[in-house]
Amino acid sequence: MSERYEFEMPLEPERYELTAPPAYHFELDRRDWFKFLGAGLLVVCVMKNVKAAQETGGAKKPAGEALPEEIGAWLHLGEDGIVTVYTGKVEMGQNIRTSLSQAVAEELHVAMGKIRMVMGDTQLTPFDRGTFGSLTTPTMNRQLRKVAAAARNLLVELAATQWKVERKDLVAADGRVSDAAGKRSVEYAALVKGQQLTQAVPADETLAPAAQWKVAGQPLPKVDGRDFVTGKHKYPSDQKLPEMLYGKIVRPSAFNATLVSVDTSEAEKMPGVTVVHDGNFIGVAAASSVLAARAAALIKAEWKAEPQPGQKEVFEYLKKNVTNAGEPVGLATHHDAGSVEPAMAAADHRLAQTYTVQYIAHTPLEPRAALAEWNGDHLTVWTGTQRPFGVRSELAAAFHMPEDHVRVLMPDTGSGYGGKHTGETAIEAARLARAAKKPVKVTWTREEEFTWAYFRPAGVIEVASGMLKDGTITAWEFHNYNSGASGFETPYDVANQRIAFHATKAPLRQGSYRGLAATANHFARETHMDELAHVVKMEPLEFRMKNLKDERLRAVYQAAAKKFGWGRAKSAAGQGFGVAGGYEKGGYVATCVEVAVDRGTGEVKIARVVTVFECGAIVNPDGLRNQIEGANIMALGGALFEAVEFENGRILNGLMSLYRVPRFRDIPPIESVMLERKDLPSMGAGETPLMGVAPAIGNAIFDATGVRLRGLPLIPNGLKIS
Amino acid sequence: MAKIQLQVNGSSITVEAEATLLSVLREQLELTGTKYGCGEGQCGACTVLIDGRARRSCQTPASAAVNKKITTIEGLAQGEHLHPLQEAFLAEGAMQCAYCTSGMIMSAASLLSSNANPSEAEIVRHMDGNICRCGTHPRIVAAIRRAANAAKESGR
Ligand code: FES
Ligand code: FES
Repeated sequence: MSERYEFEMPLEPERYELTAPPAYHFELDRRDWFKFLGAGLLVVCVMKNVKAAQETGGAKKPAGEALPEEIGAWLHLGEDGIVTVYTGKVEMGQNIRTSLSQAVAEELHVAMGKIRMVMGDTQLTPFDRGTFGSLTTPTMNRQLRKVAAAARNLLVELAATQWKVERKDLVAADGRVSDAAGKRSVEYAALVKGQQLTQAVPADETLAPAAQWKVAGQPLPKVDGRDFVTGKHKYPSDQKLPEMLYGKIVRPSAFNATLVSVDTSEAEKMPGVTVVHDGNFIGVAAASSVLAARAAALIKAEWKAEPQPGQKEVFEYLKKNVTNAGEPVGLATHHDAGSVEPAMAAADHRLAQTYTVQYIAHTPLEPRAALAEWNGDHLTVWTGTQRPFGVRSELAAAFHMPEDHVRVLMPDTGSGYGGKHTGETAIEAARLARAAKKPVKVTWTREEEFTWAYFRPAGVIEVASGMLKDGTITAWEFHNYNSGASGFETPYDVANQRIAFHATKAPLRQGSYRGLAATANHFARETHMDELAHVVKMEPLEFRMKNLKDERLRAVYQAAAKKFGWGRAKSAAGQGFGVAGGYEKGGYVATCVEVAVDRGTGEVKIARVVTVFECGAIVNPDGLRNQIEGANIMALGGALFEAVEFENGRILNGLMSLYRVPRFRDIPPIESVMLERKDLPSMGAGETPLMGVAPAIGNAIFDATGVRLRGLPLIPNGLKIS
Repeated sequence: MAKIQLQVNGSSITVEAEATLLSVLREQLELTGTKYGCGEGQCGACTVLIDGRARRSCQTPASAAVNKKITTIEGLAQGEHLHPLQEAFLAEGAMQCAYCTSGMIMSAASLLSSNANPSEAEIVRHMDGNICRCGTHPRIVAAIRRAANAAKESGR
């Protein structure tokens, strides 16, 4: 094997979500579009400024003159009345296939059943950086609404011309244009028959205000829901092609190990088995997964690895290995206001504390999977990824081929949570498929997923603050080591601030995780706020409100307090109440928690969680509630018990039986309240509802016991009360 | 390679015996509604019914299922007519990515066949071996309750 195989792609926190290479080469001209789509009406969304184009679009240099420069999304209405929408966003359980369809139905005035969403196919959809950062709703949802509104206007205009009447006398509803008097009516499909109409819409077209929404704003069920309850939907790991083989990779003995020697002869003797050894890559492909596993087990490989830091010394390691090299692109790593030292010196009370978070694993229930097929020098890969275009780039780089020879498709996937940004499984399947000259599917085992994916970064957060006797915070210093800068600014009103993120060397491969560092930073900040309230003997919510001007955050705090019944007396021994909140990615959250602690056994029961969330106008209340509840439940794991154990380059608890995730018995009653602001733009909701859970639990445990916990997870082994 | 006969979703099928029931279903029979989530018996994504009882197909050798009635998620509906649990999961929106859904429904089907009217605590106890990473648990419990009620009302 002579080809170079580039496998390791370093990942860093935050930065990973912020590189934006718009690399879409659109080579169809106008006639080709219709050849490919069929006659009808085509509307594309043009991005005016480059930044917005990079966000969710950026088709470069189209050949056809009529086509715009920067495309975010496009929509085709065919002669059969079917509306096909093309977006680079992907579906992995956040239900955007439904909410984006609603956006189109709303503006185009067609039934949901007429809409098909083509998502995350690098050949058919415009370039997209990826589906993360709670950006789909604020960006793609708006673009699609604009495209759909323009299509509707065009249809009305067509009918007006045909009937020689004024546009204002016509209405579009239910897939038809009719005159207001109700005399004439024509289906959209009939209007576009034999036509090849194109229109480009600027991104700043006016839209129906949320208060007038009819379809958007409704709690519609998941589109194609039936396919999911009948087992019909094909996830990436379910994909199959004729003659397909199953791949299995021989993994190194530890992280960063190099191959000393390998003997593949026994495996090669097995009939029908393809063995690939290329640099550090060793893999096999065979007719069944059982055969592939058997062949892989016959390979004798010897690896060499250097000693590596383990979980026991992780926080020390992070503090000692500050690099501050390469600050995250586009994200502030520092925030300064006023002057901290004099304010600190003049304060009546000063408090300095350190908070920590452990590495945790995303544990998507569907592990990474990819099916790769070569056709001459063209490669097609079906894989579960949040960045199909990013994976296309990775494949092109790994195999030294142009990107337009690579097609990546993303069938709706078994979740991601920020953990499926990379394309290693796609590369593995493609490498094996090239050698085998047949399609190859690679599905990671749970253990591989726990070991060879990447982790939410661990971090150390140091907070120092100064405050006046009356509880006014006057100085605030906040340093985050390694875990990230997301959500590190304080929403509270403090005149003198120094806030910084410090990049460090990382002992494990790390990357994005639902909410990024905002979870860690909220945990540190909101725990510290509670500690300060305790110092001045103020009620914790009142203390927060005293230092808070932001109206939207005040509103969610007030709503949470009301729903929870904040301020009522304790009714049992071991009972405790905690509150925490904040804002991030345009969403505002406040969470109140009640715990019941058994002082004898140290068992902590989460008795109740109330989370109030506000993210502007709501597109689908049912989907939103699902996201809020899901985020709260996911947050319980990281708050209470999840931690990756590792030592010397190995993961020690990389099995579902060893790594504990929330189960039915762990789920408390969760009450979610959505505050709607129809006057504000819709923002994403997949991440921010997590933020308040961990600090609210920690604060409730303190309230119940007087024990202050400053590390996540809070109680992996129960609570120790001395 | 040894061949065995399995009764899957009402048909008799000859398969190679060498693997777990999960890989036979997914690779040989292309019944991919049954999912792999852990291979350790820990997540329930691979749950099928064997003689009406929920079983983890990743922990079941295919040979152990000979002469038994195997039902997968694909065999639960009666033609176009969905099983009450399938209807209830749709009605409650009890899924996000839905990768856990097949296993959840099969585990719940086993529960309802032995306990037509389970309490919430009984549901939680029975379903605890099924993992949902998206955090859809409250809705799944509600869907199981709904299916139980629907069955009661229709007198099944
Ligand atoms: S795959 Fe069988 S229990 Fe997880
Ligand atoms: S819905 Fe995604 S794992 Fe349950």
